[in-house]
Amino acid sequence: MTELRRRGAGGGDPDSAENISDKEADGEDRLGLPSEGEGEMEGDCKADTPDAPPPTDNTPQCLNKALEGLSSRWKNWWIRGILSLTMIIGFFLIIYLGPLMLIFVVMSIQIKCFQEIIQIGYRVYRSYDLPWFRTLSWYFLICVNYFFYGETVADYFGALVQREEPLQFLVRYHRFISFALYLAGFCMFVLSLVKKHYRLQFYMFAWTHVTLLIVVTQSHLVIQNLFEGMIWFIVPISIVICNDIMAYLFGFFFGRTPLIKLSPKKTWEGFIGGFFSTVFLSFLFAYLLSQYQYFVCPVEYNSETNRFAVECEPSDLFVIQEYTLPVMVQNILRWKTVNLYPFQIHSIALSSFASLIGPFGGFFASGFKRAFKIKDFADTIPGHGGIMDRFDCQYLMATFVHVYIASFIRGPNPSKVLQQLLVLQPEQQLNIFNTLRNHLREKGMLPPAVLEQ
Amino acid sequence: KVDTGVPEVPVPADDTPEVLNKALSGLSSRCWKNLKVRGATISIFYRNQLILYVISDLFLWLCARQVLIVQIKCFHEIITIGYSVYHSYHLPWFRTLSWYFLLCVNYFFYGETVTDYFFTLVQREEPLRILSKYHRFISFALYLTGFCMFVLSLVKKHYRLQFYMFGWTHVTLLIVVTQSHLIIHNLFEGMIWFIVPISCVICNDIMAYMFGFFFGRTPLIKLSPKKTWEGFIGGFFATVVFGILLSYVMAGYRYFVCPVEFSNDSNSFTVDCEPSELFQLQDYTLPTVLESITGWTTVKLYPFQIHSIALSAFASIMGPFGGFFASGFKRAFKIKDFANTIPGHGGIMDRFDCQYLMATFVNVYIASFIRGPNPTKVIQQLLALRPDQQLYIYNSLKTHLTERGLLTTLEEAAA
Repeated sequence: MTELRRRGAGGGDPDSAENISDKEADGEDRLGLPSEGEGEMEGDCKADTPDAPPPTDNTPQCLNKALEGLSSRWKNWWIRGILSLTMIIGFFLIIYLGPLMLIFVVMSIQIKCFQEIIQIGYRVYRSYDLPWFRTLSWYFLICVNYFFYGETVADYFGALVQREEPLQFLVRYHRFISFALYLAGFCMFVLSLVKKHYRLQFYMFAWTHVTLLIVVTQSHLVIQNLFEGMIWFIVPISIVICNDIMAYLFGFFFGRTPLIKLSPKKTWEGFIGGFFSTVFLSFLFAYLLSQYQYFVCPVEYNSETNRFAVECEPSDLFVIQEYTLPVMVQNILRWKTVNLYPFQIHSIALSSFASLIGPFGGFFASGFKRAFKIKDFADTIPGHGGIMDRFDCQYLMATFVHVYIASFIRGPNPSKVLQQLLVLQPEQQLNIFNTLRNHLREKGMLPPAVLEQ
Repeated sequence: KVDTGVPEVPVPADDTPEVLNKALSGLSSRCWKNLKVRGATISIFYRNQLILYVISDLFLWLCARQVLIVQIKCFHEIITIGYSVYHSYHLPWFRTLSWYFLLCVNYFFYGETVTDYFFTLVQREEPLRILSKYHRFISFALYLTGFCMFVLSLVKKHYRLQFYMFGWTHVTLLIVVTQSHLIIHNLFEGMIWFIVPISCVICNDIMAYMFGFFFGRTPLIKLSPKKTWEGFIGGFFATVVFGILLSYVMAGYRYFVCPVEFSNDSNSFTVDCEPSELFQLQDYTLPTVLESITGWTTVKLYPFQIHSIALSAFASIMGPFGGFFASGFKRAFKIKDFANTIPGHGGIMDRFDCQYLMATFVNVYIASFIRGPNPTKVIQQLLALRPDQQLYIYNSLKTHLTERGLLTTLEEAAA
């Protein structure tokens, strides 16, 4: 992840031991392809590395000029630092631009990540000469996105959908249409099976599906979190970035005991220091954000103005409450109570997850890169690698936040429930109406039944 | 070139029972013998199942249990193939992790089903209520544990292998386990939605085989050289007719037609209801062409029979693609059969490869064309909302019902 990279010859040697033993695994891949003879087995390990294009120096000219004087190591450090800052500023800029822009950015990132992983698959399996595969992979991406976005649109744009006739049809039979589209892709795959490349094609099929499962599902969960309120989008991502940076800094200054063989540069000091500093910083950050309606309110689509609106009565989570401190802390701080947003308590849970389990997403990606002998996923961002390199720790976070919200924060979505109600048969509707009426009467929300004459 | 690729899959031993062998010793032609073995095995298998089901009250439990057993067996077969392809017998973590993931995903799916269908039972028992309330969180935590175990188990020289097996496990779970749960959902809609699709696929299998055997000439696809166009088309028409007849027979019985429900009082499953419109005979006017042929003006049909045409059409046209997929898979990894559990047929996956897409199709079909949302589920969600949200929905619903004229003024006044 955030390892200092030495451009040039440094990376080759530690891998050579792996190269030799992995020959077997490489050999397995070639079994189904009689066209590749034994000669390939020798040249395999070497052949792998040259296939990956040597990382081109994407650093813009202006930065190069400014950093001419520095030695190579510090130059790298500065490039990474400047790019990091640029990305963070860009992040905040996009937040300012609003939910629509955020969705657009999430989509683009998703497509780029997908492309990067599929590229790796092509390189690993040398399947450049199966032209169907690019088409099929992109087709499946479009299908799955159509399915997920259709579900989102049906949920959140209910009023808009009711107005337009073709949209209504699409929403009603949405699952069927998505399934039909997927089936078409499946049949195309089966028809495209070519005699000598069965195994390759199955591998690429599976590779595409697993990538879709990982990348596309995550991005949709991110968007669902966004709709809950931008704070549920901003805070988790910031926490992961913060943990990244903090763990790096603590490791840089105090690092001594290695954490895991997979990532030799990670240390226990970095891990623990990162954990505590992330919890503390996110606690403060949550306090800062909870004050603004812009971040806290669920994103809603206003059918009159045809825009996204973020205005509401903040829920209990974002209203300051008094908490009595435990006696020990009282003695230390000499405060009896403290005013906190309940959301800050939740942010502790989020940051703990990001610090403790988030790194596993990073180790997974490191293992993946070692398994397929690639240095970076791509070289889109100078000094950092590809988009996937930046987002590997985010991998589990979005799912966690989504599950967390579903389990502990919100109940079912009222408009969704209403939608379902309106689709039922009239007798069922009446039935439910009566049940609801009795329930509300019991709760005292409705005046008691008037005796019928 | 063929031999270098053959992984160490054991040669299928001849499992045919002695008694069958003796009975067929007289037959001369090998292919007839094969046919007879296959036919006999199928009929014994199904006859035993049928007897077991008919005499047992727990038909439903047996169906569900059968689905689970088939799922586990299919998963096991595919994972074993993965092991033999990648020679990863000596990575002991992998067996544990694969089975662990299977358990997690099953826990997740079964938990959702139990929460949906056994709602009242779950609400009563305290531990069940907590399990169901935080179900997604618990499932996710279990999955995460497996994920972390995988990351911690990465061994320096076997990274690629381990990632392959991880991917293999997940794709298998996606295919096998999701399908089996969709089957169970279909089962709960009414056993007819479970029996008719499976029977259509089996019938298509058999009919296509027979038509191909007697009339087959033009090969269908290079992947499966034994399939022919004659078999395909003949199978299609035969299956559609079979589907119509079978649905006619089954639609008359409440036991098959009613959704399965859990009754709180008797603490057991009940299949008793007023059959929906789908399963009530209606008159359909025949188009004039058919009228002149058959001399009938109208015909009495269950609407379900019209739906069965869609189901059998899918089974005949798409089902074979599932079979081709499995054939391609077998050729890709150079195996003859998935396993040799059933004599003459291979493994369980061999029998179920055509079912692969059918369960998903039936589930999507039901969700899109047949049923709306489940009223019990809607009530559940309603009661989980906040009181002000409930009030909001109450008022919207009242307005809606009044517009439709369903609420008389008297009821309105009382409300």
